[in-house]
Amino acid sequence: MAGGYQIVVCGTLVPDPLQTLEPVMGTQGPGLKNETMLPAVLDPWAAHALYEAAALARQHPGSSVWLVSVGPRARLQQLMMSVAQKVPFQLVACDGSASGFTDAMEVAGVLAEAIGRIQGLDRERLLLFGGCASASRDAGATLQIVGEQLGITEQFMAVDELLVQPTGELRLKERIEGGQYLVSVCAGPPVVVGWATGNLPEPPNNPQVGMLNMRGILPALQQARAVQVGVGSAVYASVSIPEQRRATRVVRDLSPAAIAAELAAWIRS
Amino acid sequence: MAEAVHPSMEVDIVCVGFGPAAGGFLTTLARALEKAPQAPWCASRAAPGMPLQVVCYERADDLGFGVSGVVTRARAMRASFPDLDAAQIPLAHPVRHEEILYLQDPVGASRRSRPLRAADWCLRRAGGVLPYADWALRLPYVPGFLRKTDGLLFSVGQFSQWVAAQLLAGGLVQVWPGTPVAAPLIEQNAVVGVRLADQGTDRHGRPAAGYLPGMDVRAALTVVADGPFGPVGRQLDARFGMPAGHHQREWAVGMKMVVDLPAHSALLPGTVIHTFGYPEPEIFGFVYVLAEGIASMGIFVPSWLDSPLRAPYRYLQHWLQHPALWRHVQGGAMRSWGAKSLLESGVRGEPHLVGDGYARIGEGSGTTNVLTGSGIDEAWASGVLLAEGVIELLQAGAPFTRENLERAYVARRRQSWIEREGQQAASARDGFQRGFVAGLVGMGLAGLTRGRLRVRGRSLRPYERVPALAAYCAGRIDSEQLEAARRQAAAEGTGLHDILMSRAGWPEIPLDGRLLVSHQDALLLGGKVQAPAGYADHVVFVDPALCAACDNKLCIEACSGQAITPGSGGVPQFDRDKCIHCGACLWNCTRARGPGDERTNVEFRAGAGGLHSAEN
Repeated sequence: MAGGYQIVVCGTLVPDPLQTLEPVMGTQGPGLKNETMLPAVLDPWAAHALYEAAALARQHPGSSVWLVSVGPRARLQQLMMSVAQKVPFQLVACDGSASGFTDAMEVAGVLAEAIGRIQGLDRERLLLFGGCASASRDAGATLQIVGEQLGITEQFMAVDELLVQPTGELRLKERIEGGQYLVSVCAGPPVVVGWATGNLPEPPNNPQVGMLNMRGILPALQQARAVQVGVGSAVYASVSIPEQRRATRVVRDLSPAAIAAELAAWIRS
Repeated sequence: MAEAVHPSMEVDIVCVGFGPAAGGFLTTLARALEKAPQAPWCASRAAPGMPLQVVCYERADDLGFGVSGVVTRARAMRASFPDLDAAQIPLAHPVRHEEILYLQDPVGASRRSRPLRAADWCLRRAGGVLPYADWALRLPYVPGFLRKTDGLLFSVGQFSQWVAAQLLAGGLVQVWPGTPVAAPLIEQNAVVGVRLADQGTDRHGRPAAGYLPGMDVRAALTVVADGPFGPVGRQLDARFGMPAGHHQREWAVGMKMVVDLPAHSALLPGTVIHTFGYPEPEIFGFVYVLAEGIASMGIFVPSWLDSPLRAPYRYLQHWLQHPALWRHVQGGAMRSWGAKSLLESGVRGEPHLVGDGYARIGEGSGTTNVLTGSGIDEAWASGVLLAEGVIELLQAGAPFTRENLERAYVARRRQSWIEREGQQAASARDGFQRGFVAGLVGMGLAGLTRGRLRVRGRSLRPYERVPALAAYCAGRIDSEQLEAARRQAAAEGTGLHDILMSRAGWPEIPLDGRLLVSHQDALLLGGKVQAPAGYADHVVFVDPALCAACDNKLCIEACSGQAITPGSGGVPQFDRDKCIHCGACLWNCTRARGPGDERTNVEFRAGAGGLHSAEN
């Protein structure tokens, strides 16, 4: 595309995958016990979207990548130290809850407004990226709603591949049931792309990219607008975690077949 | 194969490792930069037109991972943060109560000398008139040198994150986690920066998908704060040697868990309990109640525990079940777990603190005080002292030569309380070279006389201390049982310690899935251990032939994460996904790399991953 794409990736922090999560009801509504102490990572779905965005931008000179995040500013700041060495991007930060107990419509409104404020954003070059299942640990609907609020009707979910055709058309592979793909071709931007895992590995840490990114990230964090999400508008009657699945047992002399049978029974249950 | 081309970038100051020492250094430097942003000395020489470029690289996947709970007098930290309020930092609390418990052996498996057994017997008989309960004697007072009155208890992980948040918000320094530093860059005996670890390699370091040779980060000053077993510090030692008479031979692995205390626990926030005497007399323990219902509890297994079965996890579980502790924690749950090697040589382990282009701070620079049991505050102070020296040199426009750094940093350090107290502690633990009782007497003498009196003891290299397995087991396990245990361990691909400790009388651990969990569950439930792909193995057995011939593989027994297991041909195998980067294999290897070499046959290189808990 002439002038390159303008790729906006929606994504924020989530607890590091192995952490033990325990929902609790606080004075401000539900949250996670010890949330401030839980190590966080960029939502893996959104991370894939970011890496795909960077790869696409590299292939199309003149392209730009923004990461739009809603999260507590201090936590976003820390998250950036893990993310900013990966790929070049500009941050748009909104200082608000990323507890996961937020309403998708509410978060989408905040994101759409933040995207709308990006100076010089050209709708005809806009690719709106995000994770297909989450943009802020919610019901998985946020990205679609952001697209709708921005008036983007071409939406693709669970995407594993986006190829730019010589004609400028976009060819996308969406995951559908049964391990199959739905292949679609659309004329071009603006589109919403909710990524599944894509095909790219996690980029290595590049200190030069980190140094370059930080020049923009710090001002973006300082200018982060306070937003109200997850407070007041949604009422949670109760929150709970799934039944505890982990149990330690010491069993000696169990045959591999017996272990396999037990695992199979557990999976079926 | 053609040699890889390493990309390069220039900064002004590069710092290796982000712990308390680097925290003190960067905090002090950043404040000075903030006060005078337009001053000529704040301008970058590496990037003209920009402010001073200061970067810090931390190997762990996030800041605050892989460290520990501590009690500290926090003198240097309070000097940096005069308004420090423990309430600002999660899991921090002022010290309210301290006590010391001598733990007797309630199971009869501990290896105690006859005099100690006799003393134990007398104590039990006199229990009615002494503060004795639950197989433990509460000492009537805490010696002044151990006391942390007005101090703080905190999680170093949370404290590190708190410090990092303030540093990053200022934007004057950058701290990058998940970035292991492989080596110093040395040109003509001067350190000119560091080389980051290669990425996109297989486990042997060979280029694989996404290969990116480690970047050379060139800097006028390299600040080495990568701890006692950091690869940069150790390579500097290998290149420049240690000062005459100095060595790093005394170690301990500290293993602990953060526990959600049960509702019935009477332990109050701010409580500090030191223990000694059990599970082996040489193993010291601690309980720090960090907040309401949350305690950090653990043990130190030292290099002078002359045993080929130093198995910290099994010992930790026995210690936890001692009646004097179990009554507080029974019904609780593990919320975090981890381990780390501590260099306990103190000032005797001090390397060359400076050289052309580099300076060393923190534990790897010999700051830990083994008499007062304090290291965090000393490490922080060393960072502050270096920063003051660096600011002085920057303002004077003086280069970071050995002479200038000697004058600006080392001289400050020699006049500081770290040095004064470190010298008092220098010989405090020599007695442990001769045994537990001599060690205690020596510590008491050194503490009460400020180092003027001591019990002498000859320092041995760690690998010289480890007795042969058969000799260690003599009288408890016969040679036939020992061979059977070897066969069983080989068949199961495990170490020997669980089998042999059980046969020696240690009871089986009654796993409950919450507090007493299997070792592998501790990795997942407590440590959340992970390792990113694309890095080479950081634990390397230098000469496989030495391992193949070794019949005393303490590296396997002592591994905190069961990451080292029996391998083919007698060479242990290493599983990077389980390693918590405690460094214990480095000093628990029983084979010297060469005759008289201080180094063992294990090399601990730069590696990413490890613990993913910031509560430790």
